[in-house]
Amino acid sequence: MTSTTPSAGSSALAACREEGRAALIGYLPVGFPTLAGSLEAIAAIVEGGVDIVEVGVPYSDPLMDGPVIQRATETALAAGMTVDDVFTAVAASVAAGAPAYVMSYWNLILRRGVDRFAADLAAAGGSGVITPDLIPDEASEWLEAARRHDLDPVFLVAPSSTTERLSVATAACRGFVYAASTMGVTGTRASVGDAAADVVARTRAVTDLPVCVGLGVSNRAQAAEVARYADGVIVGSALVRALDEGGPSAVGRLAAELAAGVREGRG
Amino acid sequence: MTAALGSPGIGRFGDFGGRYVPEALIPALEQLDEVRRKALVDPEFVGELDRLHRTYTGRPSILTEVPRFAEHCAGARVLLKREDLNHTGSHKINNVLGQALLAKRMGKRRVIAETGAGQHGVATATAAALLGLDCVVYMGKVDTERQALNVARMRLLGAEVIAVTNGSQTLKDAVNEALRDWVANVDDTHYVLGTVTGPYPFPEMVRDFHRIIGVEARAQVLDLVGRLPDAVIACVGGGSNAMGIFHRFLDDASVRLVGVEAGGDGVETGRHAARFSGGSRGVLHGAATYVLQDDDGQTIESHSVSAGLDYPSVGPEHAHLFETGRAEYRSATDAEAMEAFRLLSRTEGILPAIESAHALAGAMVLGQELGPDAVLLVSLSGRGDKDVHTAARWFGLLGDDEGGMP
Ligand SMILES: Cc1ncc(COP(=O)(O)O)c(C=O)c1O
Repeated sequence: MTSTTPSAGSSALAACREEGRAALIGYLPVGFPTLAGSLEAIAAIVEGGVDIVEVGVPYSDPLMDGPVIQRATETALAAGMTVDDVFTAVAASVAAGAPAYVMSYWNLILRRGVDRFAADLAAAGGSGVITPDLIPDEASEWLEAARRHDLDPVFLVAPSSTTERLSVATAACRGFVYAASTMGVTGTRASVGDAAADVVARTRAVTDLPVCVGLGVSNRAQAAEVARYADGVIVGSALVRALDEGGPSAVGRLAAELAAGVREGRG
Repeated sequence: MTAALGSPGIGRFGDFGGRYVPEALIPALEQLDEVRRKALVDPEFVGELDRLHRTYTGRPSILTEVPRFAEHCAGARVLLKREDLNHTGSHKINNVLGQALLAKRMGKRRVIAETGAGQHGVATATAAALLGLDCVVYMGKVDTERQALNVARMRLLGAEVIAVTNGSQTLKDAVNEALRDWVANVDDTHYVLGTVTGPYPFPEMVRDFHRIIGVEARAQVLDLVGRLPDAVIACVGGGSNAMGIFHRFLDDASVRLVGVEAGGDGVETGRHAARFSGGSRGVLHGAATYVLQDDDGQTIESHSVSAGLDYPSVGPEHAHLFETGRAEYRSATDAEAMEAFRLLSRTEGILPAIESAHALAGAMVLGQELGPDAVLLVSLSGRGDKDVHTAARWFGLLGDDEGGMP
């Protein structure tokens, strides 16, 4: 890989590694419950201690998402969220002090124009894009745009990934690798399960990039558990639920709990 | 707006197709591709599918000439390929039997499916009963209401029917839910996708299982008429009956291939499912194709009196045939399709599925254009039993007054 300057997200992950701990990555969808509400929530989780923000883009057909995020994105779309708002949210996250990655289904990027999306994201100060329904095999245009605009393309790996697929995915990633903890969609789960540690170990065998684990983490204890073996802990549905039930202060409190969790992992 | 769609890679029809799915599903798609490629050249598999076609489905399906209906097509000769006479009442069984046999080969004990009109769900429930597989069918809540009889049929066959209450509560949301189920249960579950879309290898595999429609029909037309038809006409939801009947004619340059999409209230109203006149290039449900979408790329809900055509995207091979010009795509409004439904019922004693009635409406227009010397082959993809309630309401045949079709 011909990486140029590391992204802000990549530097944040490196700083956490220096501290001997995993990073906390918090997902929130832009526009939920309103645009202003989502910006406030992003500021609250940064204040609470997330190291990196993952800005979700509401999409009409979110096939990787469970009920909590589906409902939130339906609300955001009904309230009039547009893709333009994503860049506002990214800039807000960066202004609050946390690097931001966008999580977007592919059609929204394709529709805007891949290069234009990348240019807008770079202008807003974003670090990269996580693409849950784009595999590297289909991503040549995006990989070029990412290189041109110095953004991190982040692809997913899963418990089902073969060694060959792990190599394909990680070779195309920059910044970090997103490891799905379980076979399934987003949502809180009672336990994260053994598959996560296994997929992280198998991913580490083929790459030196940081490996961050998402899907299913919802509380401090789970964050601590995953932080023992992962470079980053990604939390989504639990934050969205906290925001839904208790507003910005509740989501900020949960972020603080999770931030304590990732610091306990390798205590 | 024409967006570039990505690199020609695995499973492309020109720019279209591909595999736009979570990485977690790639191993299952690769296994499916390998198993189906082997199966298609394995005499045991081919023999078993052929036996089921003959002794279970009732293939070959017959060709019926419909002279009284043809009077409404400017006197052109109209030949119907009778997929409505298949067991379970539509072409859908061709694909389902193939995929269910593959599921067994892959050692999967559970099948899932999405359904709109319920015909694909019924066919999947049927194959699951026949082969001893567990079966779960996802169906939008709106569709469970307008196709209530098919919900009962699936349950009688032992399937679990889950009403999907997300989004528009129709076929596209049922596909989303089936994909979510598949990601979570891919170890023991095969997703029997019901049309020629989705990630590769589905578009090609489903087409290959339906190819028999065109193979039979081409020989039957030659036999009956002594020449090839001037046009082959089929309705296009996802596009499986159309790809099935078109495919054997692709190299016959003199044969026009005409797909008829659902025009709903009229393309100009925005309430339709005409992806080729009202949509644009995009990605939905794993495939690069044509999609009804807004300026941001959010899917726009489709509208049609026909649940089976009420889908905002279309199979990628159709997108390719559209852009290369090898096939042409038109639309028929709800009213035009229902008029064709009425005419075929009254003139020939055949109640078509409302989906298939869109193809009949297309034949009425093509007959006008081509005149009495033309030979039109029409895919009668399904029977109208499931639509009796909708049609009776449309024509005002329910309630106290005697009523009567006008
Ligand atoms: C009778 C009939 N025809 C056509 C269709 C549309 O599907 P396709 O376009 O894949 O043939 C359906 C779908 O439910 C159907 O039931």
